[in-house]
This record gives sequence, C-alpha cells and structure tokens, in this order.
Amino acid sequence: MRPVPRPADRITVSMSVNGGPVERTVDSRRLLADFLREDLGLTGTHLGCEHGVCGACTLLVDGRPVRSCIMLAVQADGCEVTTVEGITPREGLNPIQQAFKDHHGLQCGFCTPGFLMTLTGAEPSEYPDDESIRELLAGNLCRCTGYEGIVEAVRAAWGRDEREGRRP
Amino acid sequence: MTPNMHNRLRPPHEAPTVKPPRFRYARPETLDEALHLLAEHGDEARVLAGGQSLIPLLNFRLARPEVLIDITMVEELRLMAVENGTLRIGAAVTQRTVERSEEAARACPLLTKALPFVGHLQNRTRGTVAGSIAHADPAAELPAVAAALDAVMVVRSSSVERTVPAGEFFFGPFTTALEPDEILVEVRFPSSGGARSSVVEISPRSGDFAIAGAAGLLLASPGGRTAECALALFGVGGAPQRLTEVEDHLKGRRVTSGLLDEAEEMTARTALADSEDIHADAAYRARVAGVLVRRAVEEMAA
Ligand code: FES
Ligand code: FES
Repeated sequence: MRPVPRPADRITVSMSVNGGPVERTVDSRRLLADFLREDLGLTGTHLGCEHGVCGACTLLVDGRPVRSCIMLAVQADGCEVTTVEGITPREGLNPIQQAFKDHHGLQCGFCTPGFLMTLTGAEPSEYPDDESIRELLAGNLCRCTGYEGIVEAVRAAWGRDEREGRRP
Repeated sequence: MTPNMHNRLRPPHEAPTVKPPRFRYARPETLDEALHLLAEHGDEARVLAGGQSLIPLLNFRLARPEVLIDITMVEELRLMAVENGTLRIGAAVTQRTVERSEEAARACPLLTKALPFVGHLQNRTRGTVAGSIAHADPAAELPAVAAALDAVMVVRSSSVERTVPAGEFFFGPFTTALEPDEILVEVRFPSSGGARSSVVEISPRSGDFAIAGAAGLLLASPGGRTAECALALFGVGGAPQRLTEVEDHLKGRRVTSGLLDEAEEMTARTALADSEDIHADAAYRARVAGVLVRRAVEEMAA
C-alpha cells in the first residue's frame, strides 16, 4: 500500500497548457488563474471578481469551461488547460473571435476572453435557440455591450438565423 | 476587496498576489486515505470537492483551514448508479455529470431539473452534488431537492459509517449533521418514478442564488386526485423546509384554482421565513414562497 499522501504547502504539478507540457512547483494556495497569469505570463485570462461571479477568468480544463479564479493550480495537475491564447490562430482570428469583432460583441474587451472560452467549451446543439444561448451566457458578465452584440456574434458563429428572436 | 489594484501597480512576475490564506493540500486516492487524513487533522481540515463554494470563501479569507483534503480523485467516490430504485451519487460526481445523465433523469427528474439552476455551466463543471448538500447554503437548490425526495446521506468517518435522512441532516445555514471527522461520501435519492416534478425560483440573474424557491413532487392517482406530494422551500429560511401541512392538504384532492389559493395562503402562513438580505426581507420571502408553491403545484398538476 502506498503511504497516505502528506498535506504539503508546495506541490509540483504537471499539466498541459495550450498543448505544451508545463511542470512547476507551486504554493498549494495558488489559484489556477494566478498561476497562468503570474507564473506563465499568460495574461489573456482576465480576473474580474476573483470569487466566481463574473466569468472573466473562464478557461477550459479537459475541454470543459471552468472558472479559474476558484480552482487551485494543484487541482489542474494532470489536466489539459486551454486559455484564450490557445484558441487564437498565429495570424488573424478564429471564427468566434471574428464574429465578436463583426457584430460588436466587445467594446473594452475585458470580458471577452471569458465569453470566448465559455462558447468554445459549449456544445452548440445544447443551445438551440436564443433563450438557451442567453442562459449559457448568463455566467459571464459584460458591462459594455448590453449583450445584444454578443448574442448576434454567437448566432453568426454558430450559423443561426440572424433575425431569430430579434425585436423588429 | 480590490486585489487587482496591486496587480496594476507592479510589473508581472514580481511578488505574486495571493488570495487564499496559506494551507497544506493533500489529494488522497482512496477513501481510507481521505478518512485517515481527516481523522488526523479533524477541525483544522476541510474537505475539498469541486470547490465552488469553499474556494470563494478562501479567497475572501472567510475560511482559514490549515489543511485541504481534495477528494475529487478518490475512485470510490466517483460512482453514480441506479440500484434497486435508488440513484446513488458519490461525493466526487460533478453536477454536470448528473445533469447530462439520462439514467439520472429517468430515476430522479426533480434532481436533473434542479441542476441547471445551480450556478452557471462553469460552476457545474466542477461543483459536486454532494458538495452542495454538505455545504448547506440556505439559498441552494440541491438541499431542498434532497429534502423533497427524502434523500439519504451516507456519512463516513475513519471508524463509523452511518446514514442520515435529509429531514435530520440540515440544521441551519451552513450547518449539518456532519461531524468534523466525517465525509458525506454518497447521497441516495429514491427514484421518483411516475411522479411529476417542478423547480421554480426567483433570482436576480439566471444562475444566481435564489431569493426564494420551491422544489416539488406530485403523483396523481388515475382519478386525477393527488396521491403523493412533497414540497420543499429554499432561500426562505436557514435550512430547506418541507411543507408537510400543505402536502397533507393537497393529498386526496383534485388541484383546482381554489385549492391553489389555499396552498399559496397556507405556505405564506406556515413558511419559516427568517432569511433577510439586501434583496428581500423575510415577509417578502414568505409571500413569494406561497406564489412559488402555487406555480409548482399548478405545473405538476397540468
Ligand atoms: S474572476 Fe473568476 S469569475 Fe470573476
Ligand atoms: S466589452 Fe467591456 S466588459 Fe464586456
């Protein structure tokens, strides 16, 4: 039988970040968002509220959207982490990013990485109409756009009818 | 709290910002290891599952455990199965896993209906069903669902295993029958078969904690009368509340608009409303509880 693991305040973690292997020793209390921003310099993941409300820090862990301000770096040990840097092509923008640009889905851009990662991790077929798209987006706050442009961007990126659910 | 202020005033890669207080962390792989660690550290330790409630508390430094025992890698706790008419959900099973399970939806539609109300998608990816129940936030949906379904909590320490019915599990806000050396290892939800179910709530934003909510179950007899009925409130008082008086009143009767009026009035009168915050006072919550029970019963009888 292996010995019971000892609680430790520094732990070595290894994970994949945007496809590349990363191994670091971190404080147990290090939040995943801070690990990425401070230790790896990946500042595309934004921090708004830092207690799980605003969604700015959303990224993918093993392909699924999580809030990285309320997840510890040590909890991502052995996982695949994808940040907004990881979905951005070397040149230009990916289709969701382009749709945000085309449809005024952002203004200051602070919330944008979180929205992009939520959408990247979502399965479009689970969100067949505007109402369910809004429900999905409810986990991310935007203080600039009023959300209309974001919903339009999602419709465009997911190939939905542009007039669906729009007021005359 | 504006930790970001400091970020702006210094270049990255220097003096890292920290939110949670210092703690030691262990990630056991078996339940024995987890229980052993908890027995050793007891009061100083907290069990960490999805962390969707605990880590915000750490970030605010409202909780300062010395040791965190992460149970998400404990194989025995990742079980979800329907056996003998009971949906068994291990402590490490995420809300999202249950939400997406057809087996769970068939056995306990009330539970899978309630899950989309629990936080947002990003929270449910990590948050666990058992964790939400053990945390016992008065405004949370799942404790009320457990109460309505008469779920049974399976609780373990390094020396004892015991079961606690939902009716005896919740004491008050964030307070349960769990002892410091115990882990809620599994929640057993009796399958609700042919009963209708409903979850209704009002909250400032979809996915936020409810100001008030109701979870219910209703089984109609072939003649259209209510044979069985269970109703539980959340967000209204310190712990989930079963509305036994209202349930008894509905049993054996046909749901008419007159009966709905009575259920609404009775709920508003008997609900133990003592939650107060900037969103609503207790009197408002009691009144809204009546309306929500009315909507739930109406939906289930339709
Ligand atoms: S910064 Fe993580 S949810 Fe707001
Ligand atoms: S674009 Fe400014 S907060 Fe969303």
